[in-house]
Amino acid sequence: MPTLTYRDALNQALREEMQRDPNVFLMGEEVGLYQGAYKVSRGLLEEFGPQRIVDTPIAELGFAGIGVGAAMTGLRPVVEFMTWNFAVLALDQIVNSAAKMLYMSGGQFPMPIVFRGPNGAALQLGAQHSQAWESWLAHIPGLKVVAPATPADAKGLLKAAIRDNNPVIVLEGEMLYNTKGEVPEGELVIPIGQADIKRPGTDVTLICHSKTVSVALKAADLLQESGVSAEVVDLRSIRPLDETAIINSVTKTNRCVVVEEGWHHCGVGAQVVDIIQRDAFDHLDAPVLRVTQADVPMPYNKVLERAAKSSPEKVVAAARRVLYLD
Amino acid sequence: KRHFMGGHGIVGGHIPLAAGIGFGIKYKGGDQVCLCYFGEAAVNIGAFHEALNMAAVWKLPVVFICENNRYGMGTAFERVAALTDVAEHARSYDMASAEVDGMDLFAVYEATQKAVAAAREGKPTLLEVRTYRFMGHSMSDPLHGVYRTKEEVEEQKKRDPIAALTHHLRDEGTMDQAAIDGLDAEVRAEVDQAAKFADDSPDPEPDALFQNVLADGHD
Repeated sequence: MPTLTYRDALNQALREEMQRDPNVFLMGEEVGLYQGAYKVSRGLLEEFGPQRIVDTPIAELGFAGIGVGAAMTGLRPVVEFMTWNFAVLALDQIVNSAAKMLYMSGGQFPMPIVFRGPNGAALQLGAQHSQAWESWLAHIPGLKVVAPATPADAKGLLKAAIRDNNPVIVLEGEMLYNTKGEVPEGELVIPIGQADIKRPGTDVTLICHSKTVSVALKAADLLQESGVSAEVVDLRSIRPLDETAIINSVTKTNRCVVVEEGWHHCGVGAQVVDIIQRDAFDHLDAPVLRVTQADVPMPYNKVLERAAKSSPEKVVAAARRVLYLD
Repeated sequence: KRHFMGGHGIVGGHIPLAAGIGFGIKYKGGDQVCLCYFGEAAVNIGAFHEALNMAAVWKLPVVFICENNRYGMGTAFERVAALTDVAEHARSYDMASAEVDGMDLFAVYEATQKAVAAAREGKPTLLEVRTYRFMGHSMSDPLHGVYRTKEEVEEQKKRDPIAALTHHLRDEGTMDQAAIDGLDAEVRAEVDQAAKFADDSPDPEPDALFQNVLADGHD
């Protein structure tokens, strides 16, 4: 199986879908001539030309809305945001136009559009460039939200997102773009809404997504050293959530820690815990704990930033508490 | 199906959508033109400026039609806009523009025709159509309120474009008063019938609540 970076896996997904369907086009800041701020669109302008690889001004609200309008004419736009921090400027179009168009038109206007870009913190980019938006976006009926952690998932979920007849938010990660992984050859489309067990285990479930998958996997390694078998469940899709996968794992291990990049208050983990207490209450041997970003704007200072983020050590500490080992 | 692209509830939020519809028309090589209507209050929204800029840069087949009726709800335009000549904004985007008497049907018709023809050539236009609102902003808004005088409303009603058109048709002998009254009654009946249709239509079944949140299937 070929090994690809997350960046190149996304590039492959875009290229294949644009070859397959002439109605698919990419628009965003620096996607064309510059080859993408993070080089996800490298080589696409040369292959598909400026009509389909569209460089925009810095006007997130405007070009997100143009994407929505284009989708109303039957095109399948992929709108790239240089980061989701800038997409906040476009939330009116994502939430008020894209998410509601089908419902408000009584089914007349499907909205096959993808909004994608890096989400969450990288390294020392400061408070305004280091935010994880999934709980905001997943709150909205009419949107689907995916957050792939590996190159294979990135490719398969982006392809599914482009083919979906609904607005799909694809949350990538600046720190993930360079990571490598095996990507199966041939057609790879991963259905939206299916979690994936990244590591099977029996003693405690670690639920995670996107960048926190590697955090949870490292934590599972550390736990193994003390004889604890952790199961790592990668949600992959935040909306719809794979409730069955969550319940099945917790029913097996009876203990759970939920890890996410975002803040604790009204976070994705709160939704996961709600599912567990409702459908697996009798299987729990301990309260579910959550590991999140500290409840502060992300500090610029390196030491403080590290202290604010989730880490394998924090996950191990939480896992040991739900196992009553400490 | 009838190329009516919906009503949109956020002031100015539909202006980028119109540019996007123009983008879609151009992408597919069609000869349609998107007509986008909004009030003067929407001109203060960022989405207006972002959309006009991209429409001009990408030469999209769109006509932006600002119905300037002088009041955004209860706020007179000059109280909240540094530049009250809306058409002047087009200069920021190197876009053609025209200021039109919105009370003159023929002037609006001609200006729109010209703008549509230009849009087909890849030249979007900003039309400022100067008009006036004879009624309140909404059902709950009084006729003139405290933000304008009764005298002002009455004065403006003398410019009523429907009255002006009927005078014109009568003066040039196209229609006599009986034909005009007949047409008026016909239109009233059509509107009454539409209202009755809406009132008489049953409420949706409860399970309609969850329909059309998401589209089924995929490409």
